[in-house]
Amino acid sequence: MGQYFDEMYREDGSLRGPYQEVGRWFGKEDAARLRAKQREAEEVFRLTGITFNVYGKADAEERLIPFDIIPRIISHRGWQKLSRGIEQRVRAINAFLHDIYHRQEIVRAGRVPAEMIAGNEAFLPQMLGVSPPGQVYTHIVGIDLVRTGPDDFYVLEDNARTPSGVSYMLENRETMLKMFPELFSSTRVQRVSDYPADLRRSLAACAPAAANGDPTVAVLTPGIYNSAYYEHAFLADQMGVELVEGHDLRVKGGRVCMRTTQGYKPIDVLYRRVDDEYLDPLNFNPDSALGVPGIMDVYRAGGITIANAPGTGIADDKAIYSYMPDIVEFYTGEKAILKNVPTWRCADPDSLAHVLDNLSDLVVKEVHGSGGYGMLIGPAASKRELAAFRAKLLANPGNYIAQPTLSLSTVPIFSRSGLAPRHVDLRPFVLVSPDGIKITPGGLTRVALKKGSLVVNSSQGGGTKDTWVLED
Amino acid sequence: MLGKTAGGLFWMARYLERAENTARLLETGQRMALTRSTATDEEWGPVLQTASALQGYMEKYGDVTKDNAIDWLLRDPDNPSSVRSVIKQARDNARLVRTALTYEVWSAVNAAWMRVEDKLQRRVGERDLPAVLELVRERTALVRGANLGSMMRTDIYDFLRMGTFIERADNMGRILDVKYYVLLPTAFSVGSSLDNVQWEIILRSVGAGGGYRMTRGQKTGPAEIAEFLILDERMPRSLSFCCRKLRENLGYLAKDYGAEVPAAQMAEVLYRKFAEQTIAGIFDHGLHEYIEEVLADLSSLSRQIEIDYRFYE
Repeated sequence: MGQYFDEMYREDGSLRGPYQEVGRWFGKEDAARLRAKQREAEEVFRLTGITFNVYGKADAEERLIPFDIIPRIISHRGWQKLSRGIEQRVRAINAFLHDIYHRQEIVRAGRVPAEMIAGNEAFLPQMLGVSPPGQVYTHIVGIDLVRTGPDDFYVLEDNARTPSGVSYMLENRETMLKMFPELFSSTRVQRVSDYPADLRRSLAACAPAAANGDPTVAVLTPGIYNSAYYEHAFLADQMGVELVEGHDLRVKGGRVCMRTTQGYKPIDVLYRRVDDEYLDPLNFNPDSALGVPGIMDVYRAGGITIANAPGTGIADDKAIYSYMPDIVEFYTGEKAILKNVPTWRCADPDSLAHVLDNLSDLVVKEVHGSGGYGMLIGPAASKRELAAFRAKLLANPGNYIAQPTLSLSTVPIFSRSGLAPRHVDLRPFVLVSPDGIKITPGGLTRVALKKGSLVVNSSQGGGTKDTWVLED
Repeated sequence: MLGKTAGGLFWMARYLERAENTARLLETGQRMALTRSTATDEEWGPVLQTASALQGYMEKYGDVTKDNAIDWLLRDPDNPSSVRSVIKQARDNARLVRTALTYEVWSAVNAAWMRVEDKLQRRVGERDLPAVLELVRERTALVRGANLGSMMRTDIYDFLRMGTFIERADNMGRILDVKYYVLLPTAFSVGSSLDNVQWEIILRSVGAGGGYRMTRGQKTGPAEIAEFLILDERMPRSLSFCCRKLRENLGYLAKDYGAEVPAAQMAEVLYRKFAEQTIAGIFDHGLHEYIEEVLADLSSLSRQIEIDYRFYE
């Protein structure tokens, strides 16, 4: 373990507070029985269809995200502090978005350079002057956090577009409850199962003025071949709303309507899991078959709420990320509670020089990349990889940011040879509505299953764990 | 409900029914081949024809052999109606309409696909065929049971049922269409009973050998068998039974939605073809012509349901 903070064991090998019960339980368990349970869990995942499609693989292969049975546990007090920090950050993000698409005070105040906004691909001029109902831009946020010490949490990314993974948070808990009910009677864990109902309530609270009566909510999916289709269907099912695709929708009489067996019916709130670019072929990418022609015009006229609002990407862009401490302070008047990872913007020549000099110690990311693709982890890279990346950096420095390699905390997984520490991150899910901000206790813990690996993405061999926040 | 969802439910049910029917047809084919006195593959031609798979098969293979016929019907991805293809299609449709299904139904469909797909990775030898076909029938029966026991009786259920009965009636019609000549009085001399083997193939392929004997005893004249398969409302695969169900489900939908659609009228007209008909009348009209008409009506009805309930536009 050494240089890394392990969340379960102290350096002397004793159990940390939140893990007392689970540690004792594990000690008494028979490894063969646990292994059988783990296989059982995988079978349930397959049967339920909790699979994801890997892009670029032949035959749209469906894969399981490996599930590890050792829970990741956060103390009540630890969570309180964390959730205050998350809430502050999410408030700031929404205020920032409103400002950016209206008066741009933060630019006028010189806290964020104008070119970071206007020249940014994620900035949508179509959103200028648009005020979404309740001034909510990011109805759903998934903040990626990593931990480096007992009280040290860093925000790695603010996923403010269409964060995914919440179905795993819910299914992981269901699976643990089914497999190890005894654990939940010895340890009191805050429940996560309210999420779908909270989501529906939260979305309905953002209905546009055009809505009549109980708002009609729908989930927009790119379709059954999308990698997150399971989650889209799961959320629609759990909320009891329709799951629609672009070809089910049409603009009629100033509303976006879905084709039902009894004709076209208007939708009030659309929880879209389609990227901005594909949302409206008339306003954005003309080749998109996933969106709805004219939906942006209806949106601007107040005929529908789109969640998250188009153009929220400007807030979670990796180049904007480095300004987040300033952004939080500017809109909330408080110091940011959650730490930002120090970030070098390679567009800046001095930063670029520093990054090139220290490449083997840094993590370099594409500004618009996601899923762990196109990323360099300096300490783990070969000489050849470093040289190749150096060339890419020089060719297009504005496309990259760099950060120090963080010593991510570890939580043990149940490996073939027993408990073995692996690096983890955490994605809590946050709902924003005019009634307030709601954070589901816990979130999705992703774990790098390969020994020593810092990449937790499911597309790169990561797994998941159930995440517990303890009751007081 | 979304029009697309209605379509997905309808086709999920159709494909599951088709998987079951094709499995039964394969069972019959194998059984017939095994009980023949001479070794010949000639029985597989009509089997392929009944499954509407002969043309595609001939394009691929040129001549009919037992092994190729079985592979084509069971697992060839080039055959859109092979058991493997239709189970996959049923599962894709179930994924599409996941929100309309209970967990029980969805997991039953998903498990059917997982298990069947697993068994159909390689060619299935003669020895393993019965177990594989059994698996298909068992798994589709589990889906049916989950439907029956866990689904709300709403429009969702109506679309599932309509898919089932359109497919089932179509399958019955095709069996009759291919084998009708066996039932014609001219096909055998006066006073003799029908060729045992021939009528058994028909009854077996609709899984109704026992039902027939139970209700009609040992009388195996062409009129009795034709009446049983076309007009007997106790027989859950007869044309009459299926068309009555179609009419009922369209009736429920009309009531539920407060609007009658053209498809309901068509189903009414189709149902009267049986309700007001005797087997003697059908023979007078011409058995073959009668069946051709019914098949054409079923296909128009299916199209009309798609239009009326906006499956595609």
